[in-house]
Amino acid sequence: MEHNIELESVSISMPSIRAGESEKRIMSKLPSKITSRGAQIHLVSRHPEVYEPCDDSFALVDALLADRTNLLEHKPMLCLEIGCGCGYIITSLATMLGDETNTIQYFATDINPHAAEATCKTSEAHGVHVEVVLTDITSSLGKRLSRMVDVVVVNPPYVPTPEEEVGCEGITASWAGGENGRSVIDRILPVVDELLSEKGWLYMVTLTANKPSQICRLMGERGYASRIVVQRSTEEESLHVIKFWREVDEAMKGQSRTATQTASDSWFLQFSRSTFWRRNN
Amino acid sequence: MRLLTHNMLSSNIKGVTNGYPLRLEAEKWSVKEVDLNRDFLTNIFPRIEWKPLVESARSLGLSSLPDDADPSMLNSDDFLKGFHHALLEIHVEEGALICPETGRRFPINKGIPNMLLHEDEV
Repeated sequence: MEHNIELESVSISMPSIRAGESEKRIMSKLPSKITSRGAQIHLVSRHPEVYEPCDDSFALVDALLADRTNLLEHKPMLCLEIGCGCGYIITSLATMLGDETNTIQYFATDINPHAAEATCKTSEAHGVHVEVVLTDITSSLGKRLSRMVDVVVVNPPYVPTPEEEVGCEGITASWAGGENGRSVIDRILPVVDELLSEKGWLYMVTLTANKPSQICRLMGERGYASRIVVQRSTEEESLHVIKFWREVDEAMKGQSRTATQTASDSWFLQFSRSTFWRRNN
Repeated sequence: MRLLTHNMLSSNIKGVTNGYPLRLEAEKWSVKEVDLNRDFLTNIFPRIEWKPLVESARSLGLSSLPDDADPSMLNSDDFLKGFHHALLEIHVEEGALICPETGRRFPINKGIPNMLLHEDEV
């Protein structure tokens, strides 16, 4: 698999973690031996209220990179990130798809004004254009973008928290996920189902605590197949990047599938990372 | 904010049944040239609401778009150029989008439309 972009470590210096500032950062902090591979996206805009790229962001970008050949063949017209934060993920996607001919348009949403601005700056600094809208999930876009979006990427607020922290102002909204970290995820899934085109794909980060197998079953009931593209584990936690697509998608038939009826959380835990690397690299 | 995005936005205030199209009041906008892609324009054309595009383009002084459009026009280079320019090359930097039913103003600052609702609007 050829990459036009470098797979070096991302040159982003991580901010120091202040106690209580960002539980999500702490939870997704991985041992240093797991290196992050990502597009060379530089952090050009920093704000104390904007979630900066962390291991979950890197895992999602790595998943997109691992699936880049498929994405190129997929020929998406509209790509969308829900909850774009500083814009690292959507900018990476736009960069790796290398669209110089305007065949793809990129949209991103966030509820945090500082994040929306940061995404504009990050994408501009990397020579790509992302249309950013301040809105809750995609509430102001959903009606018109229905069944139009070919690729949706989401690094949702997945950290289990008290329900009242969900959707708070500022950076808290970027990680606070309510019970089992599922409050926002469970709102996003039906929205994405409505947005995705017939051939549409969703890439989403989940934590084991989010019960990813249950998420796959729920999406299975909506007619989606799924597979884990990337898994990252620490002693306490495990991140999965899961790809979803409609079962009717003939083009995907050659790919391995998650048997949504039989998937269990233990199966998720046992999924070997080395298997993934062998298969996809 | 491109006019493509304006074409996709609706007012989602609780109780609003006719939240589309939002009236565009642009105070500041810029033009950034990008390459024209015939395939993209052809693919997106059926999904564009034509009247809102024409009205928003005309509010910015752009008169090249016809009142009505049908897919056969995509064969015309002049039509494609006008469509491309209106849809992708104009960036509204400052202004507002106005809900057709309630008159609520959604501000556009630094090119970003703020469609966030107040608590009593959700």
